[in-house]
Amino acid sequence: MNIAITLTVNGVVRQVEVPGRRLLSDCLRHDLGLTGTHVGCEHGVCGCCTVLLDGEPVRSCLTFAVTVDGHDITTVEGLAAPGGAMSPVQRAFAECHGLQCGFCTPGFLCTVTALLRDNPAPSEEEVLEGISGNLCRCTGYQNIVKSVHRAAEIMAEES
Amino acid sequence: MKPPPFDYHAPRSVGEALETLADVGEHGKVLAGGQSLIPMLNMRLAAPGHLVDINRLTELATLDVEPGGVRVGALARHAQVERSEEVAAAQPLLRQALRLVAHPVIRNRGTVVGSLVHADPAAELPAVLAVLGGSVRLARPGTVRDVPAAGFFTGILESAAEPGELAVSAFFPLLPPRSGTAFREVARRHGDYALAGVAALVGLDDDLRITTARVACVSVGPAPVLVDVTEACGHRPPASADWASAARAVQERTAPEADIHATADYRRHLTGVLAQQALRDAAREALDA
Ligand SMILES: Cc1cc2nc3c(=O)[nH]c(=O)nc-3n(C[C@H](O)[C@H](O)[C@H](O)COP(=O)(O)OP(=O)(O)OC[C@H]3O[C@@H](n4cnc5c(N)ncnc54)[C@H](O)[C@@H]3O)c2cc1C
Ligand code: FES
Ligand code: FES
Repeated sequence: MNIAITLTVNGVVRQVEVPGRRLLSDCLRHDLGLTGTHVGCEHGVCGCCTVLLDGEPVRSCLTFAVTVDGHDITTVEGLAAPGGAMSPVQRAFAECHGLQCGFCTPGFLCTVTALLRDNPAPSEEEVLEGISGNLCRCTGYQNIVKSVHRAAEIMAEES
Repeated sequence: MKPPPFDYHAPRSVGEALETLADVGEHGKVLAGGQSLIPMLNMRLAAPGHLVDINRLTELATLDVEPGGVRVGALARHAQVERSEEVAAAQPLLRQALRLVAHPVIRNRGTVVGSLVHADPAAELPAVLAVLGGSVRLARPGTVRDVPAAGFFTGILESAAEPGELAVSAFFPLLPPRSGTAFREVARRHGDYALAGVAALVGLDDDLRITTARVACVSVGPAPVLVDVTEACGHRPPASADWASAARAVQERTAPEADIHATADYRRHLTGVLAQQALRDAAREALDA
């Protein structure tokens, strides 16, 4: 039996009918066609499915779409400005080589966007703790950590 | 990996949730933060016929510092409890332990009460409830009961919460004066479940001699292993307490099992080292209190 739900995804109201067992990650990718949210492990370990739920990062693979009926979701597709200009976090990742294959990147971008909103000048330790739940198989993390600090700088310069 | 199908229920009040849980009985499961249940569904380790989602019950998202302790409602997320300065001042062990529970993003969804009911032998919060002597409040239509920690954790992933019951809150007693707490653990990677971990509570009298010392250990038995080491510490001031014999007393009470992550002997060894560290840390806090 399908259940009708309404989600506001990246500012757009979307209505969709899903079975109770539909993971938010699958709802975004398959029902709404937003394939920017990646799916790696489906048990909460890798972090690449991380999206913002009412502004807070959560695992979309550990959330049922029906649970978040009526809520706001931001995915990686929603991080850029409406005209398409990359956000400071996205620009910093590009500038500092914070990605290689890009599989983990959507999760890092969402996690770091919320991290810097709550803590605009994080210490090294706070950055490490903040991204500790996201795995990357390519970069070795050094450039991701640099990207986070650089994003904080860009945000400070532009504010 | 996709969860098996189930009937989904989204009650709007605690009363409605209790009625639904009573109706579906042993075929039902409560869905709280989903950070343990959904992985089990995705891996098809569980296949409940009905899920009763309590995420709309904002009346359970409570966090109250009461005269005797901290009461945490069933929908209070790990992150909410961890961030509360009021809770940290009243019962510091909660924040000390929550920082070791998974990663920040998991803590945004997972609930403290869900972690207790889930009763994973490697989880931190059951040890916190055990060492503090807290309790869990369970409800079904028309009745409520408080189950003390000593009787709550009944086995691996088994708690006293019966089918049809909703855990509505957990109670963590305040620290007595002149006492301190600590949580120490070793995990393969930051945020992983611990290979071994120890929650400690140390209390002193007016002459600053140890009058209470106890620990609860994780990952060395089917449920948190609670050990009172007051005698072994020897009623002395912390500076001359016999921490080594206290640690041996703790090790003797553990019954770890070997798995792919660690041998039983290694877990027992870690537990002794961590017990000493946690007891010393807790005693230092007690001296500062
Ligand atoms: C990658 C990862 C790492 C993790 N690492 C750790 C760790 O290091 N330490 C740790 O302690 N935990 C860890 N966890 C688990 C996390 O803390 C969970 O949030 C917690 O164990 C369960 O809480 P929940 O609210 O998500 O419960 P759910 O997953 O919703 O439920 C878990 C179980 O409890 C039952 N339940 C939940 N709430 C109630 C209630 N109110 N009444 C009756 N039954 C209820 C459910 O029916 C289910 O059986 C980790 C999880 C992940 C995904
Ligand atoms: S796919 Fe969700 S955490 Fe790995
Ligand atoms: S860039 Fe390839 S996994 Fe991170």
